Amino acid sequence: MAKQTIDQRDVKVNTMKFSISRIAGIALAFGLATAGNVQAAEHEGGAPTHFPIEHPKQVKWSFGGPFGKWDIGQLQRGLKIYTEVCSACHSLKQVSYRNLADLGYTEAQIKAYAAEYDVPDEPNADGEIEDRPARPSDKFVGPYDNVEAAKAANNGAAPPDFSLLAKARAPLRGFPTFVFDIFTMYAENGPDYIYSLLTGYTDAPASIEVPEGGNYNPYFIAGSSLAMAPPLSDGVVTFEDGSPETVDQYAKDIAAFMMWAAEPKLVDRKSMGFKVMIFLLIFAGLLYFTKKRIWSSVKH
Amino acid sequence: MSGGHSAYVPKSGFGKWMDARLPLARLVYDSFVAYPVPRNLNNWYTFGAILSLMLIIQLISGIVLAMHYTPESTMAFDSVEKIMRDVNYGWLLRYMHANGASFFFIAVYIHIFRGFYYGSYKNPREVLWILGVIIFILMMATGFMGYVLPWGQMSFWGATVITGFFTAIPVVGDTIHTLLLGGYAVDNPTLNRFFSLHYLLPFMIVGVVILHVWALHVTGQTNPTGVEVKSEQDTVPFTPYATMKDLLAMIIFLLVLAYFIFYMPNFLGHPDNYIEAKPLVTPAHIVPEWYYLPFYAILRAITFNISIPFTDIVLINSKLGGVIAMFGSLLIFFVVPWLDTSKVRSAAYRPLFKQFFWIFVIVCIGLGWLGSKPAEGIYTTMSQILTFWYFFHFIVILPVLGLVEKPKPIPASITEAVLAKSGNGEANN
Amino acid sequence: MSAIDTSEPTRRDILYIATGAAGAVGVASVAWPFIHQMNPDASTLALSTTEVDIASLEPGQSVVVKWRGKPVFIRNRTEKEIEEAKSTPIAELKDKAARNENLKDSAAEATDANRAVEGKENILLMVGVCTHLGCIPLGQQGDFGGWFCPCHGSHYDTAGRIRKGPAPENLAIPNYEFISDSVVKIG
Repeated sequence: MAKQTIDQRDVKVNTMKFSISRIAGIALAFGLATAGNVQAAEHEGGAPTHFPIEHPKQVKWSFGGPFGKWDIGQLQRGLKIYTEVCSACHSLKQVSYRNLADLGYTEAQIKAYAAEYDVPDEPNADGEIEDRPARPSDKFVGPYDNVEAAKAANNGAAPPDFSLLAKARAPLRGFPTFVFDIFTMYAENGPDYIYSLLTGYTDAPASIEVPEGGNYNPYFIAGSSLAMAPPLSDGVVTFEDGSPETVDQYAKDIAAFMMWAAEPKLVDRKSMGFKVMIFLLIFAGLLYFTKKRIWSSVKH
Repeated sequence: MSGGHSAYVPKSGFGKWMDARLPLARLVYDSFVAYPVPRNLNNWYTFGAILSLMLIIQLISGIVLAMHYTPESTMAFDSVEKIMRDVNYGWLLRYMHANGASFFFIAVYIHIFRGFYYGSYKNPREVLWILGVIIFILMMATGFMGYVLPWGQMSFWGATVITGFFTAIPVVGDTIHTLLLGGYAVDNPTLNRFFSLHYLLPFMIVGVVILHVWALHVTGQTNPTGVEVKSEQDTVPFTPYATMKDLLAMIIFLLVLAYFIFYMPNFLGHPDNYIEAKPLVTPAHIVPEWYYLPFYAILRAITFNISIPFTDIVLINSKLGGVIAMFGSLLIFFVVPWLDTSKVRSAAYRPLFKQFFWIFVIVCIGLGWLGSKPAEGIYTTMSQILTFWYFFHFIVILPVLGLVEKPKPIPASITEAVLAKSGNGEANN
Repeated sequence: MSAIDTSEPTRRDILYIATGAAGAVGVASVAWPFIHQMNPDASTLALSTTEVDIASLEPGQSVVVKWRGKPVFIRNRTEKEIEEAKSTPIAELKDKAARNENLKDSAAEATDANRAVEGKENILLMVGVCTHLGCIPLGQQGDFGGWFCPCHGSHYDTAGRIRKGPAPENLAIPNYEFISDSVVKIG
């Protein structure tokens, strides 16, 4: 009964008008709001200092969400776009030709695809290194021998390797959006960014000066303009499956392909995840009742 | 490891034979079966067990990853990608290890704040607390060196910035810096030694954890009332009571970890670390992993030189000041048992301390948020205010509160508190 | 007595059994990825076949190629070597099994014909690892003009069959096929 009075006091303390933590909370909130305003002010007047200027547009991807699966047709179209357009400048060095089996190609098809590229062979009997056709076990052959060659061919800006871009180019979402992302399971900012960038080229507003050789794009992650000119235009790649041959469709397909290239185990991961989560839920339920029963005889 | 009498009785003949020679079974029985724990431990007390689990997960997944990883600057990044693409279940092991590190820190922060709240560091548990702080510092060192290993942009520049701390030391700073790096900049020798140390330190952590658990079993656990165990009535045996409770908490913790591993494996990492290290290009914003952010904010908050007043003589320049503040923010944990002057252990009976505790939590979270922001304008000012409060909390509030605060009446025993609570009709669970 | 008032529930309780079983299943499932990661990875498996062009291999010449990390001897044998191998009676062999993975009959005798594939009897292709303890034998040496392992003194004949020394078996012949007249695919 002595305890009851303690509890009452507890209530009293909590409802005290003069609450230090409340004041601190208000102060902090005020600080946050001020900081937010500073950022907004920077955005309105003059050249922007925070990039990307626009948040990426969100696309509904087949591989999003807890049961995400690759759209094989889309990945095949993406490979076609990569082969015919992007691979002129961008390498894909972490991916092997054999990995194309994930895209539904047969061994013979992969062999034929790989054989179109040459790789240096082992030194022959005379100690000379000759080229041989690539095999499925080889990595994708890039357009340049080294970074210097890539820079030299592209006005000093080496085109980045494609293998991991869909994970490396994921604009941070900021507070509080990133908290909500945990619950909406949003993890597609990489492909969203790629899609937005490829479809985002536009004329620069008067307030922004675009440097020589730059191309204005408000979705670019590291500035207001980038060295890459718009790489896609309607009709540059023909599709046999009847998909629209538009920049919008191309951008989606290549972004999906790049997500596959960056995270080839994504579907395995999610399907295993579902089983693991179900198991853990059942096990946690069993443990909960076991614990409850064991503790039922003890007041605590 | 318990200090009291052993209740272990070997049952089989072999058990008796072994017990007379190496009483390992007795040790386990006394430490993890019969060991009495307060009956009123709440779920905040399960994080010690969760941390043991995380340590084991990190050790096993790390040893396995080391079978495939190449600690060489031109091959490290590709070897990690090979793990992700070619090694059987390699993606699972790597994501487990990377997210496991984050969750290890989530658990350790909860564990530390639980200690602050319930006054777990107070007499006679000072050594227990100090061992815990050592574990925490070792964890931070291990996590930092582990983050360098994938040799991405953030790995490289994180290593460059953090090892740069040592250049702040007057006179010998540069020499120490070169010695630690094995060169004039972060490069292959640095990566190689970081790998070696990243493999070594976890085993040192295991060693200190054993001492930590030993010290815990000497003094016994605290509990939410802060009242010491007075009779056997106050306790329950560790098994099955605490084991089942800890197991349930572990599985729930794993459930959240699994959600991140399988559905948002890159959420807690930085995208730039998927770009291979480029020693000539710094990323726009260098940010450490989230669990270092509060300390990083403290480091960057010191933007001013400390001079002798009315002269231009600089005593501590801003660089050294930042490093001192950052290390000081960690080292101050060691003296917390003596800074807190209150005789009352648990915040449940310290109304003022409770408020300041929550302010401190908010300050730490605020510092973490500021650590992720660019070091400019309002952010720097806010970092300075919060850094001031961080130290003010330890150096002024803790000692003064003990002198001025009027604590609430403390129950005579754990059992009395428990019975009073259930007498009020509150649910048992 | 501590704070427990009542006796423990019986062990046969279905709830406890279910919980324990679930825990065991969980531990077992977690163990598998940690074990399976040690198996050859995808890039290693992709290299499990190798193609070799032996157009320029004259009789009396050998070539050593690497297959699955091991040396494979390919020898274009001379008439004399083939003759020597053919004239050796099976009864004189230490290991009478052919050890040729290309044969359907795993118990086939180690005749010279059974040590090669049909139509290419002059080509001897075998894993160049001594069946004793894994050293690499030297070519055209030893008492039988075939291979000799310097580690522990095993002698193989011109068909790669063990004749003398501690090795228990003939040199192993892996799966291979001629995908054209001169290109052989191993594995």
